[in-house]
Amino acid sequence: MIRLLVLLPLAAAVAAMLLRAPGQRHALLVATAALHAALSVLAFIRPPACAADAWLGLDPAGLLFLGLTSFLFLAVAVYAVHSLRQTRGSQGRQVEVDTGTVFVNAPEAVFIACLLVFLSTMTLVTVSRHLGVLWVAVEATTLATAPLIYFHRQPSSLEATWKYLLVCSVGIALALLGNFLVVIAAAAADGTGGTLLVPELLARSVGLQPAWLKAAFVFLLVGYGTKMGLVPMHTWLPDAHSEAPSPVSALLSGALLNCAFLGIWRAHAICAAAGLAEFSGALLTGFGLLSMGLAAALIVNQSDFKRMLAYSSVEHMGLLAFGTGVGGVAMYGALLHALNHSLVKAALFLVAGNLVALYQTKSIAKVSGVGRLLPVSGALWLAGLMAISGMPPFGTFAGEFTMLRAAFAQGQGGWALAALVALGVAFVGMSRAFLNMVYGDAPAGLAPAREARRAYGPSLMLLALSLALGLWLPNGLHRLLAQASLWAGGGVP
Amino acid sequence: MNAAAILHPLAALLLAPLLPGVINRVKARMAGREGPPLLQLYYDLWKLLRKGAVYSRTTTWVFRAGPRLNFVCLLVALLILPLGRVPAAVSFAGDLVLLAYLLGLARFATVAAALDTGSSFEGMGASREVQFALFTEPALLIGMAALAHASGDLSLTGIYADWPAALMPAMALLGSGFFILFLAENCRIPVDDPATHLELTMIHEVMVLDHGNVDYAFILWGSALKLWVVGALLVGLFPAAATGCPLLDLAVGFLWLVVLAILTGLVESVMARVRLLRVPQLLVGAGVLSTLGLLLTFW
Amino acid sequence: MNAIETLLIALVLTNLVLLGASRLHNAIRIVALQGIGLGVLPILAHHGGMLWAAVLLGAGSALIKGLLFPAMLRRALRETHGHREMEPFIGFNLSLLCGVGALALSFWLGARLPLPWPPVADLLVPAGLFTVWTGLFMIVARRKAITQVLGFIVLENGIFTLGIVLVEAMPLLVELGVLLDIFVAVFVMGIIVFNINREFDHINTDQLAALREDAP
Repeated sequence: MIRLLVLLPLAAAVAAMLLRAPGQRHALLVATAALHAALSVLAFIRPPACAADAWLGLDPAGLLFLGLTSFLFLAVAVYAVHSLRQTRGSQGRQVEVDTGTVFVNAPEAVFIACLLVFLSTMTLVTVSRHLGVLWVAVEATTLATAPLIYFHRQPSSLEATWKYLLVCSVGIALALLGNFLVVIAAAAADGTGGTLLVPELLARSVGLQPAWLKAAFVFLLVGYGTKMGLVPMHTWLPDAHSEAPSPVSALLSGALLNCAFLGIWRAHAICAAAGLAEFSGALLTGFGLLSMGLAAALIVNQSDFKRMLAYSSVEHMGLLAFGTGVGGVAMYGALLHALNHSLVKAALFLVAGNLVALYQTKSIAKVSGVGRLLPVSGALWLAGLMAISGMPPFGTFAGEFTMLRAAFAQGQGGWALAALVALGVAFVGMSRAFLNMVYGDAPAGLAPAREARRAYGPSLMLLALSLALGLWLPNGLHRLLAQASLWAGGGVP
Repeated sequence: MNAAAILHPLAALLLAPLLPGVINRVKARMAGREGPPLLQLYYDLWKLLRKGAVYSRTTTWVFRAGPRLNFVCLLVALLILPLGRVPAAVSFAGDLVLLAYLLGLARFATVAAALDTGSSFEGMGASREVQFALFTEPALLIGMAALAHASGDLSLTGIYADWPAALMPAMALLGSGFFILFLAENCRIPVDDPATHLELTMIHEVMVLDHGNVDYAFILWGSALKLWVVGALLVGLFPAAATGCPLLDLAVGFLWLVVLAILTGLVESVMARVRLLRVPQLLVGAGVLSTLGLLLTFW
Repeated sequence: MNAIETLLIALVLTNLVLLGASRLHNAIRIVALQGIGLGVLPILAHHGGMLWAAVLLGAGSALIKGLLFPAMLRRALRETHGHREMEPFIGFNLSLLCGVGALALSFWLGARLPLPWPPVADLLVPAGLFTVWTGLFMIVARRKAITQVLGFIVLENGIFTLGIVLVEAMPLLVELGVLLDIFVAVFVMGIIVFNINREFDHINTDQLAALREDAP
């Protein structure tokens, strides 16, 4: 079943390249997404058994992120179909209003095929139990998303794609070095017995050599941290997430960053099992706070709203790293927050897509009066603002609150205060921009547009889900989160 | 100091002019021509030594002393240099530094004579020559340091007394570095083109442009000796027939020098001169090779 | 083992030449040579068991890095008119001197790293570290996008060399997966460079600076 989860989107990608009619391709995309989501739900209800030394299997965190990725992809697929249909007119030529350049889009077949390959590689990241397979999968996600970022063939997206490809590949190459160091840490004195299987590493954790394991963790953190967007390796993130088309941005922020986080999560679990939790925790907390601080500072004067959302992703990834670093109950909070942040950020990017489609610009100054022209999107934009700022009753509040309370309880109150300050600064910056966008007069020449249900439906559903999770956490989900937290050496509230 | 000790300098004096002949012959043959006779330089030296002299009024005694000082420095260098495992006439700890300084003094003599003419062409050549020396001298010293460390001896005779087979990779690197230095010190392609007739492209040739007759004879003989001296540094890394009989050993050493000359001729025939801006890079590359050899001898 | 040591010294030499190379086609050729040389390394370095795995990995690596990468990169360069030189931020002489410094540092580090078991050759760790450094240096200190791709390949070569230390511990399948990933990465990078050249009419990455933070 796990192999089916990985291979199904791949087969669909091949089929998408062969199909001729756009309608068929769209149907294929949505159908594959739905089937994949159904399979993940099945995996949740009845977890597949796997052999002790199998390379593919589902640990609790993997199962959580698999379900999340699958579900997000379904929502984004529905939106993407709508957005592709919208841009199909005007002979494929579009004008970028900010710079006045004319650009074309890449072939749609390539876009859909790359989306499906992206889903497949993300699935592979979540189901891998072998650090080598994890590495291959993370690099594969980089390669699958590069053409997606370059969908709108503009100079700025090309620049963003180049930065993304190079920075992430170099970072992930360093993670490969980290893999090698893990093998050395696990090997006996004669060179045999080195392993990269996560369950085996957890079982033999006392026998791992601490110095080599520490070095390995540093490289893995820097490597996968590049992909996750931790400062100072985040330089590709604002460009890539803002230049990509909105459905792709939603997936990048909502699903891909989590996959990178999963790699770090598993590495941290190994360190915790080997007794090095303080070391890895301290590193994670440091990177996390640095990310939150810089992102908050750069949100305040942002002029491009998609870039602002991207920096918000950097900040929340920093928060996740911080929570994981603090340890204990905060790890449960980190997972909960990862879940909610993905839902909300994806919803926000999809709404941003609607705004770009109408206003033809990504500049905050030029967008105003969304409440009049696109009422539903405007309401969702405001709701998303509240959600991303961690206001109750949205689920983000629960996650952040758990993390910060655990930090205070464990004597890391000073750092928690710093995190709160960063969150506050970001809130001020974002709300000023968002409120200016929603209220005010509409620019001349634009009339209120009727919003298709497929345009606002997915984001509405995602935000509603986050709201529901904030009000009531299902027991099954709580158990899964608890399992995942305990697996990595954390606690349960 | 026994009689065998002066065999090497004597042989060098007599046989050195053969080396440029070999190089020119190889170049001509590679170009499809017949080429000058092997003994051409001897005929030239004989002709030049019997000529009269005309000196410019702007020159001083420095102009006349330069070529002679150059020649004498190289002769003295021959006294401390071993060839084919035959010990040198004079050897003491640290004489490799003396060798470097002798080469430097020879270069200084040539440069001073060139600057003494007051002509801009010579001045230009002098400045280029000294700039290249800035890169070749450290490379040479680092290479000598590597050899000294590998053999554990600080005297040239001791360094070249045995063939360091155990350090083959390091020796190969040092050999390559020394070959580039050989080409640079003797103003061969790819550093300088000895056959060019355009003053703006000359480096060494332009410094000696105004010398004639006996001075020019000393210059030509001096450059042949320099081929021998720098070549002996490189040839010492090759296997030698350590028969114990000095004549035989020197003969084998001389044969290796001829092989080196043939190799130089081949290199000159297949390559073009490197752009002037890139020559320092080539020399830094030689220095890097020497440094790598040094690092490997420490490893 | 003498053959391995010679190969590793040749690897270090190719890195030094890369630091000083100024023409793009030469640089591509040298990186291809490095790839072929490293393809031979697993065959020489393995001891005991599964010779066919080492041969497969080595042959695949040599083929991909020695033939396919240069072909792809040359194709990406095909429409670059003029500007076939490297145009560095840090000049060639300075790069070479930095390289020598980094080489000395790699030797020093290699002697200090307490590997739990002796590696196949003494020179392995310094050569690997130096290659990693060269790759990173090429990415940072050179202006053209193609040299950044070459730097990435050299970086992977260095990590591959360091990985030979663990030649038994990494399963063949994962090594092949890594190789495949790198192949596709370079393939995609080549396409993007081609597009950059077509779009901007140059491949100077320092001029790709449109997306930047405005000063607050």
